[in-house]
Amino acid sequence: MAATVSDMAEAPVGGNPPVTVRRGRVLRLPRSKKILFGLGLLALFVLWAIIGPWLAPYDPAQIVISTSQKPSAHHWLGQTQLGQDIWSQFLVGARPTLIVSFLAGAIATVLSIVIGITAGYVGGWIDDLLSMIANVFLVLPALPLLIVIGSFLPKGESASDFLIGAVIALTGWAWGARVLRAQSLSLRNRDFVEAARISGERTWRVITFEIVPNLIAILAASFVFTVLYAIGTYVALGFLGVLDPASNWSWGSVMFDATQGQAVASGYWWWYLPPGLAIALLGTSLALINFGIDEFINPRLRAAGLSRKAAKRRGTVRQRPQLGFTPVVRRRAVADGDVVSNRRLTGDVL
Amino acid sequence: MTADGGRDLNRPVLQIQNLSVDYGMGDEPVHAVDGVDLTIHRGEVLGLAGESGSGKSTLAYAVTRLLRDPGVIVDGDAFFYHYPKDGGQPIKVDLLSSDKDVVRSVRWSEIAVVFQSALHALNPVLRVGTLLDDVLKAHNSQMTRRQRRARSIELLEMVGISGDRLGSYPHELSGGMRQRVMIAIAIALHPQLLIMDEPTTALDVVIQREILEELMQLRERLGFSVLFITHDLSLLIEIADTIAVMYAGKLVERAPARALFHAPRHPYTYGLVNSFPSLHGEQRQMTGIKGSPPDLRHVPSGCPFHPRCAHAMPECVTTTPPLIQVEDETGRRDVSCWLHDGRHSVPVELGISPSEAALSPGRVTAPALEDGEL
Repeated sequence: MAATVSDMAEAPVGGNPPVTVRRGRVLRLPRSKKILFGLGLLALFVLWAIIGPWLAPYDPAQIVISTSQKPSAHHWLGQTQLGQDIWSQFLVGARPTLIVSFLAGAIATVLSIVIGITAGYVGGWIDDLLSMIANVFLVLPALPLLIVIGSFLPKGESASDFLIGAVIALTGWAWGARVLRAQSLSLRNRDFVEAARISGERTWRVITFEIVPNLIAILAASFVFTVLYAIGTYVALGFLGVLDPASNWSWGSVMFDATQGQAVASGYWWWYLPPGLAIALLGTSLALINFGIDEFINPRLRAAGLSRKAAKRRGTVRQRPQLGFTPVVRRRAVADGDVVSNRRLTGDVL
Repeated sequence: MTADGGRDLNRPVLQIQNLSVDYGMGDEPVHAVDGVDLTIHRGEVLGLAGESGSGKSTLAYAVTRLLRDPGVIVDGDAFFYHYPKDGGQPIKVDLLSSDKDVVRSVRWSEIAVVFQSALHALNPVLRVGTLLDDVLKAHNSQMTRRQRRARSIELLEMVGISGDRLGSYPHELSGGMRQRVMIAIAIALHPQLLIMDEPTTALDVVIQREILEELMQLRERLGFSVLFITHDLSLLIEIADTIAVMYAGKLVERAPARALFHAPRHPYTYGLVNSFPSLHGEQRQMTGIKGSPPDLRHVPSGCPFHPRCAHAMPECVTTTPPLIQVEDETGRRDVSCWLHDGRHSVPVELGISPSEAALSPGRVTAPALEDGEL
């Protein structure tokens, strides 16, 4: 078999350029503009999270007495009522926000893989039990639960990012688990999975080598989505003051301080707007990545066929593809003159 | 045979002119069909052959405007001729620029399409009777329920299924029966043209033969034209009047079925004909065609077949040969090959003139079909 294939490959066809077989698999993902933009934006945030604390001119907790809270050459974004530098808090805030949300995303994804795939693949009473647990977590109102749990979290420095991430993950895994369960349910009856089971593969091996690779695209999308959710939840917790505002320097806490300091009422937009915008941009980057993954999974979403730009280059108007009416985009002008009937052929049919 | 099954090679039903179809409109569109001219006449069975990716299905789908995104028709015309029952002047319908309503009214009632996969084309939750009834009801509101039922039974019996199968669901039928139901639905409205896209590829050869024989009988009786798309050239030789061979989106040869089979003129057709054995012909050495079909984004310059052609000449690389009309003892045909432009000496194997018997006029009919004539 292999010999025939190579024989054919070695017989070059007359004038055709020799076809080189691509050895390494080239990742096609970054070709989408959405995903490139999203990844670029996210990279900026990651860079920010890494070097932000070094760039910060002050310790975010340090109190500097000034006459005014407003932005100045020393304090670019002004100061809190206590005299802390907001610019430094803003710079420092990127790191915990990113760490916690990505941790939460990772933990929730692992949870959803374990619970979702086990439920879908193993089935039976295990499926019933795990599905019930997932459903319970789906209907639980996340934020009130987190506030309750958050109030039990140790205060001060010991409220580690990991702990907060794990708590957020607790409310964020159920949706992913349901999606994965549904997918593994349909995968487990495919022939290649049945073949693996028949040939005596162990369950964990079937799951990791036959099922999970088929779910990678969904897993990626589910991870990005959960990170997005975790950012929102983490910011909300900080904003509500559930996380100790004295030691936590996340963007949510900056906004908590801003609310406490009557920033909105006083018109101190430089206090609450930058963290708000940063959160929105970070969310945008993740959403763009998610759209890109979606298009990658489902090529039909890619509007490659008749993009407006391509149509313009051809000097024609873009036509929406419509099922049953293939667009006619002529390279040349239509030759007029033929008598063409435009009336319905109803009279003499049948 | 009633008036030669309504065959009239002077009256076109579908006229395709210079049709070009691309997939995608970006920087590298795939030129799936490139300037094809093809005419199907009344009552004619035209076989469209070619290997996978040669554009034969794309052509048929484009003409009926059924081609999905990102398919785009970029050039050419397609006209359908509707012949009124009273024998008046035919109505010419431009399929590519008419209103949607016009295209809709022509499709199915005038041009019907049978797809390869009957399992996916039939709604699994509807009974066969309902499927047929729907078609009749939608296109002819005057029919009563009783008439529709009678017609449905008649249609089923036409394709060789007993009328009591009206109450069956598609999953209760075998693959062959499903395909028969598809054909019954397609001919329910007396179309003038039936487009069949590999209708029997999923079936075994016995069922395939049965269905095709029935189809040919129906064709004789009802007088519709058939555009039969397949990669199975040997099948076409049995059922088609004319065979058109496509390669890399272009028409390379069009000839009467028998002439094409016994005396191919295009090197590609020659390769195709010599790549399958004949059951009751003389024994021959089987040869394939070396190489593989070209990448349709970068079709070779000149004649697209030149990299694989044993007779390639310098001008084959530079200039695309037009369809050259050749008239010899095998009849009239069109070949897209520079060898036949009269200035070159034709290689022996591309200039065979077979015995008169092999070229007796008319379609090559299977013995069983002749026995079962109506």
